[in-house]
Amino acid sequence: MATAAGRLRRSWDKYWYAWAMVIPVTLVLGALVVIPLVRGIYLSFTDANERNVAATIGQLRLPDSFQVIGLRNYTDVLFGPSSKFWSVLARTGIWTFACTFLHYTLGLGLAVLLNRPLRGRAIYRVLLILPWAVPTFISAFAWKLILARDNGILNYALGGVGVGPLDWLGTDALALVSVIAVNVWVGVPFMMVAILGGLQSIPSELYEAAEVDGASSWQRFWHVTLPGLRTVSAAVILLGTIWSFNMFPIIFLMTGGGPGDATQILVTYAFVSAFEGVRDYALAATYGVLIVSILVVFSTFYRRALRASGEVW
Amino acid sequence: MRERVEVAWVLAATMGLSAGLLAGCRGSSSSSSSSGSGSGSGSSNHEGAGAQEKPVTITWWDTSDSTNEAPKFKDLIVKFQSKYPNIKVDYQNIAFDQARDKFKTAAQASTAPDVMRAEVAWTAEFASLRYLAPLEGTAASADLGDYLPAPLSSNKYDGKLYGVPQVTDALALLYNKALLQKAGVSEPPATMEQLKQTALAVKAKAGADGLYLNPQGYFLLPFIYGAGGDLVRVEQKKIVVNGAEAVKGLEVALDLIKSGAAPKPDLNSGYNQMQAGFKDGKVAMVLNGPWSVADDFTGKAFADKANLGIAPVPAGSSGKPGAPLGGHNYVVYAGSKNLPASYQFVQFMNSAENQAYLAKELGLLPTRASAYQLPDASANPVVPKFKAVIDKAVPRPAIAQGGQLLVPLDQNYARAIGGDKSPQAALDSVASDYRQFLKDWN
Repeated sequence: MATAAGRLRRSWDKYWYAWAMVIPVTLVLGALVVIPLVRGIYLSFTDANERNVAATIGQLRLPDSFQVIGLRNYTDVLFGPSSKFWSVLARTGIWTFACTFLHYTLGLGLAVLLNRPLRGRAIYRVLLILPWAVPTFISAFAWKLILARDNGILNYALGGVGVGPLDWLGTDALALVSVIAVNVWVGVPFMMVAILGGLQSIPSELYEAAEVDGASSWQRFWHVTLPGLRTVSAAVILLGTIWSFNMFPIIFLMTGGGPGDATQILVTYAFVSAFEGVRDYALAATYGVLIVSILVVFSTFYRRALRASGEVW
Repeated sequence: MRERVEVAWVLAATMGLSAGLLAGCRGSSSSSSSSGSGSGSGSSNHEGAGAQEKPVTITWWDTSDSTNEAPKFKDLIVKFQSKYPNIKVDYQNIAFDQARDKFKTAAQASTAPDVMRAEVAWTAEFASLRYLAPLEGTAASADLGDYLPAPLSSNKYDGKLYGVPQVTDALALLYNKALLQKAGVSEPPATMEQLKQTALAVKAKAGADGLYLNPQGYFLLPFIYGAGGDLVRVEQKKIVVNGAEAVKGLEVALDLIKSGAAPKPDLNSGYNQMQAGFKDGKVAMVLNGPWSVADDFTGKAFADKANLGIAPVPAGSSGKPGAPLGGHNYVVYAGSKNLPASYQFVQFMNSAENQAYLAKELGLLPTRASAYQLPDASANPVVPKFKAVIDKAVPRPAIAQGGQLLVPLDQNYARAIGGDKSPQAALDSVASDYRQFLKDWN
């Protein structure tokens, strides 16, 4: 006991600056993350909505009058008679996988391309980063115009080569393909830059050694580049998955989840269900908790898989 | 030491100041609300607000079209300002499609505007959430008997009056006279069957699309109502959107598209495409409301304003035309710090004279019977024609969930147009969506 206290004291004497630096972060994270999270989890067990939460309307102060209703929100969302949760979850899976896969492979390809000595490399890099620099909502609106069935630039161009106007955002499969394509367009630059950074940290001696040993360029890519990128790849794939899973603006602004529910993913569906009409905060919280849970489970398994393959992370 | 004293001074001064400010706010707001909240104290408001002594500022959220309509509303504010110099109006134009959400967020936090232009379907919802001040006995509800009954009905919730109708509207059949003539049709179609034949004739002979259907639920209502159907029956608490009549109405609309009388609409920007085509003379007929007329006149097809024809929506199988009654109401925020001034503002804006002015300038339809008698109102040829439409239009349900009824209809109308769902299946899913928020209905 005494030794523990003594160790703590010694640790404080030695590392007091580290503790001092951690305190503001802890406070801010507590205020911005932990408290809302706990509150959200609590709300998901209640029937809170716009009618019964506290509000101040001028002189009128209405106190909270919602009740704890246990797991009813969860059973409603997961197993309710008109619940679309599972079909939306399945679509979210397709969306997330397609987006992350394309983000990573295209980003990797572009990064490898841009890592070579190339005339005008700086210009390419700037141009390729552009989609990422444009605010997402502007991209979404711009693409919505490009993809419009009547008077859209894309259909106009396709008309020029004899392909009839396609209803890009108005038919189920095409709408999903379109929003995935736009999300890929928006997200590839980040992957490219991150991987480019990773590529530049691979020592060139490794490539020289491989070349001396007679490795083909494919073999060099496979046995030097990819292993060298492992840490970066692991991080960006995890980030990309979480971002795609939660990518709200592209879908919401381009199709609103439509036509019907054809492009609805969990976050957009949660928003529409909870905030259309009288706002259902409990339902929104329930979706929030479910989404976080899914992502936590995913991240845990992902990290465990990485660790199993020898990655310390 | 010296510094510390100074800091203490500054602290004390700011605290004192903010306390004073808070007290000031509380003082002024409680005095205004005590004179304005109850309907019993109403009579004093009539004069009380007119003789506003201390200058106050009220905020008005206008949701009208910011390019075509807003300037005329601002004209009225200038007039108001000269009549009531002590009431300053902070005019804010809020995009219509975001206004409902913004208002609700602001209303919960006590930061909502004093006066709001609310769509008819929002009024009951806001009132049910206690965001609105009741208007009986206030200056805002002066000459209540002068209002047309149908637009007024959307302002009543739970037996109380929470707004006064600013403008009323209904869908009508707008048509390009020249194109119809080219197709050899002299009279606008009066039934859905004639609508189809006319549209096909235009397509065959006039080199334009006969009809463009905006694929939104609101624009489907004439078909549902026309066939004798409805979304819900309020007095029986019954969901009837998937009943046989409504399904028949949807089938009529789909048949217009399938038969080629109307092109397959753009599901994402249908309204804009409809307007673009109609204004350019590429579309001969549309179903649209009086709000669109000012926009139509900016198009080359209506450079000659006389070319725009206005007729009631064609009658469905029930034999009657069924246009949905729309419009907007003036509502006053319950938490307003300047209730008397807000009531005064609503009264002024909604006077018969000012309604007639807006009718003359914009073709907006007055909600007061007496406004139609004024020369200004009949000066705009659109107004008398729409008046005939309004008189037969179908009011929408004034229930708290009224604003939610159209979203599922939007989605499933699109599904039916896309061919993904049969008419019955599409309306069945609308009904199933309704059950989520109309819990104890059958």
